[in-house]
Amino acid sequence: MENAKGRVFQYGDNVDTDVIIPARYLNSSDPAELAKHCMEDIDKDFVNRVQPGDIIVAHKNFGCGSSREHAPISIKAAGVSCVIAETFARIFYRNAINIGLPIIECPEASKEIRDGDTVEIDFSTGVITDVTTGKTYQGQAFPAFMQKIIDSEGLVNFINQKEA
Amino acid sequence: MGMTMTQKILAHAAHLPEVHAGQLIMADLDLVLGNDITSPVAIAEMGKMKTTGVFDKDKIALVPDHFVPNKDIKSAEHCKCVREFARRNQITNYFEVGEMGIEHALLPEKGLTVPGDVIIGADSHTCTYGALGAFSTGVGSTDMAAGMATGQAWFKVPSAIRFVLTGKPSQWVSGKDVILHIIGMIGVDGALYRSMEFTGPGVAELGMDDRFTIANMAIEAGGKNGIFPVDEVTKAYLKEHATREYTVYEADEDAEYDETYTIDLSALRPTISFPHLPENTHTIDEIRAGEEIRIDQVVIGSCTNGRIEDLRCAAKVLKGRHVAEGIRLIVIPATQKIYLQAMEEGLLRTFIEAGGVVSTPTCGPCLGGYMGVLAQGERCVSTTNRNFVGRMGHVDSEIYLASPAVAAASAVTGKISDPTEL
Repeated sequence: MENAKGRVFQYGDNVDTDVIIPARYLNSSDPAELAKHCMEDIDKDFVNRVQPGDIIVAHKNFGCGSSREHAPISIKAAGVSCVIAETFARIFYRNAINIGLPIIECPEASKEIRDGDTVEIDFSTGVITDVTTGKTYQGQAFPAFMQKIIDSEGLVNFINQKEA
Repeated sequence: MGMTMTQKILAHAAHLPEVHAGQLIMADLDLVLGNDITSPVAIAEMGKMKTTGVFDKDKIALVPDHFVPNKDIKSAEHCKCVREFARRNQITNYFEVGEMGIEHALLPEKGLTVPGDVIIGADSHTCTYGALGAFSTGVGSTDMAAGMATGQAWFKVPSAIRFVLTGKPSQWVSGKDVILHIIGMIGVDGALYRSMEFTGPGVAELGMDDRFTIANMAIEAGGKNGIFPVDEVTKAYLKEHATREYTVYEADEDAEYDETYTIDLSALRPTISFPHLPENTHTIDEIRAGEEIRIDQVVIGSCTNGRIEDLRCAAKVLKGRHVAEGIRLIVIPATQKIYLQAMEEGLLRTFIEAGGVVSTPTCGPCLGGYMGVLAQGERCVSTTNRNFVGRMGHVDSEIYLASPAVAAASAVTGKISDPTEL
């Protein structure tokens, strides 16, 4: 898996799936359409400013609330290369892994990295580097089983490979 | 070391003599659930799998309930996709308009969820069935697709928090107040990745509908599942509804818990969650002592509080009374059966005479879909489960979560009110 590198969008605690992708847009399941409204109710400007490769950094319980897979789908389709948080809500955590959106838990990085910093993540080691400040952080590695799903770029490919 | 109730169910489903917290397991599923928002994504994902069809046509439930009856063309297309998938795969438990209800009220009523089951659903409130002593948890669409194809799902075995309930709740204190109190105490991530196991003599004082409400909102504390022991109340419910045999699991006496909380139900007060997080709880007494909170709309319904006991409670408050001028009261029985029962008991007459409207079953307003979307600056008292920013409509609207009794009383006065005040 390639390293991620991009500019940081910083958010606080309990970013819920209703602000990530409001339910008024759930009459679509098209990733490109969902990406147009990503983070709309927490940061109206996000979709105008986000560039391919950018990174979301948030505090605890990111993705709490509904099970809508549309949330990680919209983030991935908006071009975000990784979400770093202190903790993730468990359904969001599963969904991100299952659809191949890289996520990483790291309380120190989540607290210290600032909005607008440039950050690089080496997925093979879990090392997060804040290029702007020069500081590095050790993110939590996935259990081998989940790493296999991530390496397959999602659960569907993982199952297909298992059955092949 | 002993196992918790959840761990025992998971061990059995994974064909293992025992499991421990943190272990990754592959478990057999008894039921896989989806709705009109999550199923189309799952159906598309399943299309990418090298599979010939579903693992068991009797163990999948498809319930269009969020934007149904179809709220717009795009929603109609989604429902059509689910309907055609159900037909193509001869899914036994597909529920069309006229038969459907809000999924988490409907499936127990149909007897499709029983103790000892392992259930996943592409809806976060799938944790509701823990009220019946099942392990059930919310997942996303891809997990649902994998579940429909293989009949299995992977889980990380959770540790647990134990809630020992004692005492008897007072007249206007319901399951909703119990769970809001707990969420206020431990926070919206207080049970993150973990089970919430409810136990103690106070459980016997809670009816099934109260237990469904409590298990339903385990997710609002970040919990993986919420689970109740199976007692005489559960067995009586199952005798009326269950369609198959079931196995009762109990936590081992030496089961290990991360934390134990003892909650005296008799000391609880009607509890309300303020915007914009379910953990922002205040008792009705704190509200009475403060500045009055004027409201615009009241919603009584949802997978949390749209069951018959909820409607009976609201009707008791509203009987012979009328909503305050300018207040919009929307009542949504959660299933067709509940709707009919409410009609036969005269509850619908009470709601209508009080100036409310009664809707066909739908999740609609809870997630700002339709049937009660809020405008800028509006306030709603709702018996639903989430009060996040913009959840029920405009990003500048506000939601106060409450029990059916408080919601009904608030509709009468036009401000958040104690039912005993009327």
